[in-house]
Amino acid sequence: MDLGPNAAFLVGAYTFALLIVAALIAWIVVDNRRQRQLLSELEARGITRRSERAAERVS
Amino acid sequence: MALIDLANPSRFLALSGRLLPWLAGATLLAFAFGIKEIIVSPDDYQQGAAAKIMFIHVPSAWLAMFIWVTMSVAALGTLVWRHPLADVAAKAAAPIGTAFTLQCLVTGMLWGRPMWGTYWVWDGRLTSVLVLFLMYLGVLALWRTIEEPARAARAVAVLTLVGAINLPIIKFSVDWWSTLHQPASVLRLGGPTIHPSILIPLLTMALAFFLLFFTLHLAAMRNEIMRRRVRTLMLMQADAAAGR
Repeated sequence: MDLGPNAAFLVGAYTFALLIVAALIAWIVVDNRRQRQLLSELEARGITRRSERAAERVS
Repeated sequence: MALIDLANPSRFLALSGRLLPWLAGATLLAFAFGIKEIIVSPDDYQQGAAAKIMFIHVPSAWLAMFIWVTMSVAALGTLVWRHPLADVAAKAAAPIGTAFTLQCLVTGMLWGRPMWGTYWVWDGRLTSVLVLFLMYLGVLALWRTIEEPARAARAVAVLTLVGAINLPIIKFSVDWWSTLHQPASVLRLGGPTIHPSILIPLLTMALAFFLLFFTLHLAAMRNEIMRRRVRTLMLMQADAAAGR
């Protein structure tokens, strides 16, 4: 495929867009893992929300 | 399920958890179709292959403005209706909007250099988009400056609604002022002026980027809800440790 005399600008733009999208996905995946880990650590220490404690008492 | 039921974060988490894989799948399909369309689309008769930067530049420009509109609606939700998920939606959208505005600016510069002979000019369109980027950074800074989420949400909501004044300036800057940037050629009263061989890949990529935003936004909102739960539990832990 011939991208012409401005190939560097075309490839640069698509590479940058790819990096932006990859960074956004990585941020969300890493943040999700971190929040899940923190929640499970807190729950393992017996710290739960009132609504969860009430649900446990009902069940 | 009524729409108001989504105001409950637990219900939102359950529903969004079911919706996310479908949204992600639709995003991948749209990108696959869009990339195929880009490959088969012809080069521009004047700009050559460099015109294909349009397929990422234009959708990111539309998203940059659309995400600010999303944040403005969420700001109304925070200030007027005090919707429980409104400030979660606004906070989750801000980094994504910042990223797509940066993508719009950089891809625009990389398109401008071979076509205009310069990366940047201080004209109405480029400057107003740069102002939008700076406002996104301001919103991100404000979220981090105020620790209490509800107070931060109100301050950010006011800034967001004030910043929305910039959106019509961006849209009409090419009509109001002399500029190197071309006028609107898709979203205009007389209909698109682009040939279907270019318009179809452009609209497909726009659909793909919008689906990507919906997917990322939903996932980021889920993370933000969990972050608030973590904060609440940590405060409870601190209270228990202090014997309160």
